[in-house]
Amino acid sequence: MVTRFARNLCLTDWSILMSIMKLTATTAVFAALSATAVFARDNVQVAGSSTVLPYAAIVAESFGENFDFPTPVIESGGSSAGLKRFCEGVGENTIDIANSSRPIRESDLALCTENGVTDIIEVRIGYDGIVFASQIDGPEFTAFEAADIFNALGAKVLVDGAIVDNPHTQWADFNGDLPAVDILAFIPGTKHGTREVFEEKVLMQGCETTGAMQAMIDGGMSEDDAEDACIEVRGNGITVDIDGDYTETLARIASNPNGIGVFGLAFYENNTDSLKVATVGGVAPNTETIAAGVYPVSRPLFFFIKKAHIGVIPGLKEFAEFFVSDEIAGPDGPLSNYGLVSDPELSATQEAIVNEETL
Amino acid sequence: MTDATTTPMAGRPAKGKSLLKADERTRKRNAAESRFKAYGLAAVLVGVFFLLALLWAIVQNGAPAFTQTFVNLNVELDEARLDKNGNRNIDDIKKVSTFGYNPLIKDALIRATADMQTAVEEGELDKILSSSVGAIVRDRVIANPDLIGQSVEFRFLASSRVDGYLKGRVSREDLVRDKNLDAAHLDLIDLMVDEGSVERVFNWDFITGLDASESRPEQAGIGVAMLGSLFMMLVVLVLALPIGVAASIYLEEFAKQNRFTDLIEVNISNLAAVPSIVFGILGLAVFIQFAHLPQSAPIVGGLTLTLMTLPTIVISTRASLKSVPPSIRDAALGVGASKMQTVFHHVLPLAMPGILTGTIIGLAQALGETAPLLLIGMVGYIATNYPDGVASGFLDPNSAMPAQIYEWAKRADPAYYERAWGGIIILLLFLMTMNFIAIILRRRFERRW
Repeated sequence: MVTRFARNLCLTDWSILMSIMKLTATTAVFAALSATAVFARDNVQVAGSSTVLPYAAIVAESFGENFDFPTPVIESGGSSAGLKRFCEGVGENTIDIANSSRPIRESDLALCTENGVTDIIEVRIGYDGIVFASQIDGPEFTAFEAADIFNALGAKVLVDGAIVDNPHTQWADFNGDLPAVDILAFIPGTKHGTREVFEEKVLMQGCETTGAMQAMIDGGMSEDDAEDACIEVRGNGITVDIDGDYTETLARIASNPNGIGVFGLAFYENNTDSLKVATVGGVAPNTETIAAGVYPVSRPLFFFIKKAHIGVIPGLKEFAEFFVSDEIAGPDGPLSNYGLVSDPELSATQEAIVNEETL
Repeated sequence: MTDATTTPMAGRPAKGKSLLKADERTRKRNAAESRFKAYGLAAVLVGVFFLLALLWAIVQNGAPAFTQTFVNLNVELDEARLDKNGNRNIDDIKKVSTFGYNPLIKDALIRATADMQTAVEEGELDKILSSSVGAIVRDRVIANPDLIGQSVEFRFLASSRVDGYLKGRVSREDLVRDKNLDAAHLDLIDLMVDEGSVERVFNWDFITGLDASESRPEQAGIGVAMLGSLFMMLVVLVLALPIGVAASIYLEEFAKQNRFTDLIEVNISNLAAVPSIVFGILGLAVFIQFAHLPQSAPIVGGLTLTLMTLPTIVISTRASLKSVPPSIRDAALGVGASKMQTVFHHVLPLAMPGILTGTIIGLAQALGETAPLLLIGMVGYIATNYPDGVASGFLDPNSAMPAQIYEWAKRADPAYYERAWGGIIILLLFLMTMNFIAIILRRRFERRW
């Protein structure tokens, strides 16, 4: 009796399971059918620079609250990766806006043109500072000159009038005011727009002021070769390329008391409890010094709009206009609160979007 | 009796080799055995230690994410600011943006703290609140315009720094160089806690809510990402299970054993070992660039994860089909069942526990996968709209739980770090539930022969 009962019970279970399986199979077919039916995208899609991502997310959140459009989708991945996706073509399965922490290059434009992305609207949203920060309880890294950074991190430097492979092991080797600790720096990897600014405004600058550049040219190098040699870093465990985000740099700093890291101003301002920042050229980085143009290491931030998508993707133009409106990107707006340095020429940008002025 | 014990008998150990006293070799063997047991025990203990350390770290770091600090505040909904014409026209009311509501909230804060001793300037008072407050008031007013002109009580999120202070994450020393909050604010918060207008309570919004931007970590929740994971798992289940089971039944029961099937077999085993990021690249190329499915959509995520899960299901299904004794097949064929009847009426039901276990383990693996989602655009500031309906659940941009955790972990504000750990707790609960279901199913349907 008992065994038969058990067997019957098992059989019922099986029929239930089988019917569940049949049901799921039907749902699968249904889902596949409905997937092909509905296709129009009704949200703005953005990708690109991880530096611009937080600002774009703040704007998108506010945009979703104030408009009847859905909240735009913001992905990161780096300026170059974003522009590459932007230039993939025109259509609903390509992104509408690329965020970038550097201006668009000829090579990007060539790729765009090749794929039929021709009318591009460039929008400058403001400025961002790049800061050198170290562990709050670490050595006294409080003041740097561009020359110090170049002497510490450049692959070839000028020592006693000759260009040699960088012999410095400690900061104090070339500048007695700096701490006598081993050189270790975490700098943004080459896929980041920040790296370009670091090379241009710090390494190149240092190369020129130390006289290394002139020495290289005197030594028979062409100017282009000398520039390339100037921005080359030592590697070898002394400079470490960080391909991830600033949180990775922060983690590296946390485990290396002697390390210095390159951060965006906004990131530093959110982590003042664990980081201390160094002045560059005697100027402390903050929104005021960057807006005034006194702090030397800053760069503009951009996003690029595909004009062909305006009118096709609902809310695209409204989003762009909202992004640069005074109450968002102005000096008292939420972006400025988060660390963006407001653009003094914001009204010109607003007009350019209204008129859909392309590059 | 005495003779028997004293005289040595044939077969007994030679003189000096007492049974009670182990000789050199036996001692060595015994020592080796106890050493091995000690190694084994040590290995288990090390494993248990790391597991406990991990769990402790997760709970320690993640538990605070489940509570949140709120500020209760009476806001005067001033008609002059919100509805200038006074006719309660919803379109006019909508024209006032969330920024237009901020002055009302500042006024409310000034009134609430009027009789408190504070060094905070009036203009700086609203730093204790999340920047989401304007949107909360605006939503309420738009839903019910009759509230305009009244004084309404709201429960606002406190800013992440204030929340961190009540959770012990932020101290007064930390705020010295912080421009988001001053120590004076914390003194004020202490007073407000005593008064009862600031309280820390369980935060359902963390479990059900949307992702938030970097400037308001206090508002972020994992709910939408959870739905994204759910829709992805539905796709994986309805595709991977039937395809995987059909493929394995064919290979195991019907296909002839030849070079071709050998090749397929080797390939399936190899596929199971392919890194998941490769499936992401494949998904991007096939589903988005070729098939033009929408980006960041759970259906694409589900399809990609299906590819990843298939080999796991095929391998476990084939193993459980193989473990059904041939006598059952012979008996069924012997009484006149066709090959198909044999498989579907006898072999498959007996293999079901193994198949289900394999499927659930495969699903659990897919649930925790982030790498392929990176490439199909499901990582970022994405989980921001609740799907309205089943079709939009599959097609609208969404994230997934592990992707959301990854995203939170890399954001600048330290409050997001806590939320990432909280998200891990939820993800782990899901995985444990799935494994538990797998165990129950196996127990329930297991047959022994």
